Amino acid sequence: MLCSQCHERTAVVNLHQIADGEVVLLHLCERCAAEKGVDSTSSLTKTPVGTFLASMGKGLDLPTGGATAEVTAACPACGATLDDFRETGRVGCAQCYRTFEVALRELLRRLHGSSRHFGERYRPAESEAGVPTARELREQLRVAVEAEDFELAAELRDRLRVAEAPSD
Amino acid sequence: MIDLSLLPDGGMPWLDASGNASHLVLSTRIRLARNLADRPFSLRSSPNEREAIFAEVTEVAKETVSLRRAHAFRLDRLEPVDRHLLHERHLVSRELAGLDPSGAVRTGAALLVQDRVSVMLNEEDHLRLQSLHSGLSLEAAYQEADRLDGELGQRLPFAFHPEFGYLTTCPTNVGTGLRASVLIHLPGLVLTKEISKVLQGLSSVGLTHRGLYGEGSEVVGNFFQLSNQMTLGKSEAELLDHLGKMVRQVIEYEEQARQLLMREVATIIEDKVWRAYGLLRYARTLSFDEAMNLLSGVRLGVGLGLIERISLYTLNKLLVYTQPTHLAVAEGLQMDDPELGARRARYVRTLLEDEAGRRG
Repeated sequence: MLCSQCHERTAVVNLHQIADGEVVLLHLCERCAAEKGVDSTSSLTKTPVGTFLASMGKGLDLPTGGATAEVTAACPACGATLDDFRETGRVGCAQCYRTFEVALRELLRRLHGSSRHFGERYRPAESEAGVPTARELREQLRVAVEAEDFELAAELRDRLRVAEAPSD
Repeated sequence: MIDLSLLPDGGMPWLDASGNASHLVLSTRIRLARNLADRPFSLRSSPNEREAIFAEVTEVAKETVSLRRAHAFRLDRLEPVDRHLLHERHLVSRELAGLDPSGAVRTGAALLVQDRVSVMLNEEDHLRLQSLHSGLSLEAAYQEADRLDGELGQRLPFAFHPEFGYLTTCPTNVGTGLRASVLIHLPGLVLTKEISKVLQGLSSVGLTHRGLYGEGSEVVGNFFQLSNQMTLGKSEAELLDHLGKMVRQVIEYEEQARQLLMREVATIIEDKVWRAYGLLRYARTLSFDEAMNLLSGVRLGVGLGLIERISLYTLNKLLVYTQPTHLAVAEGLQMDDPELGARRARYVRTLLEDEAGRRG
């Protein structure tokens, strides 16, 4: 795609410009972008994601997949925006992955060839804070025995006895 | 000054060269990146939040088998020399140790270490679980890291997305959060100039290589760290299996390259090996890079059976204790003292003389 300013060089930067309350998307070459004050060799290119995007010839054009709301949104949990991500290549918090789900899904697909996790799933404790269930104690006991930590195993066996004892 | 002798093996379980394929593979490392769901990731968190993370994790760690006897090091309270020491032992990243040219140490930056497992706290991710084994040992190293992950995950709210998996600061680590890496010595492939082809081949099957000190480091002494690039879309078992297969392939290539060298240019190789040994035995000053390259030659000689009097353990020990900070501390010098080159040569000489004498 040619630069929409000079119509000569290849566009490498997508610039969202707000004029009179309207968002205009400009495709700019590096020189015209620099004239508009956009530094296309931003710090992002030094990060793995930036290097990856650059090597894929995608420049700094983070996919938005039509979810225009994500472009201007700020994460309700940490306040980060997509621009922050573009700048640093780093995500602000876990909630960001929900806020910018469409853009990040597309990016994950490009980085890993898939956005679907097939590995271990997170299994938090089932119990109320601090009080492990008998099942959890049994699991801890198994781990302790496996690690030959017999001191801890003995303690866990005692706690398991209490946990499994019928309450009156 | 911290006392690393308090750690069993000094935190270097790979030193004894007891693992599989130890003549080529120094160590296997597993890393799992984890974050707490309810706090901003490290780069957006305040010093107070990072303090709270340190407190929460160290408290919980006491209840786990994997870390209940762990030593804790607060990187943010250590002198630069101690941070360098931990980094030279491959226990912390440059980033955590605040050794990047731009970087200072982040408040709350810490390391918990017990035997072969450790956790870096407030690195780029809140927790970086690690397990470090001698030789090629992907499955055993993963099992240990996985056990730690299970124990901590029972007690901490890890950031997990039903589709994307474990969430990380950098999208390149999302999913399993798993980086498995193998530190391997490949002088044969370097000498036959096959190495770039092999590395290209690895990169085309989704593996990446780094230098001796991991991300962003140079290759010294013909040591390469091979690891998986992708972390999402495949299970941990698949990622490990793939890396293991490829590493075994690389080992085969390296063995073939060595056989070829000994068939075609045996005299040149023997000369290279013995010159390296001779320099190490008699040089009066050695830079770190020179020592690394000569040690690589001697390691090759030991692998080829040309040198019989040196053990891999001694070579591994030399690899650690000739590093600038380790040497400076042992010699009671500053890290930039011009005397270091001479002291390094003396240390190497003494160790090799002892070994040669002992083995006759």
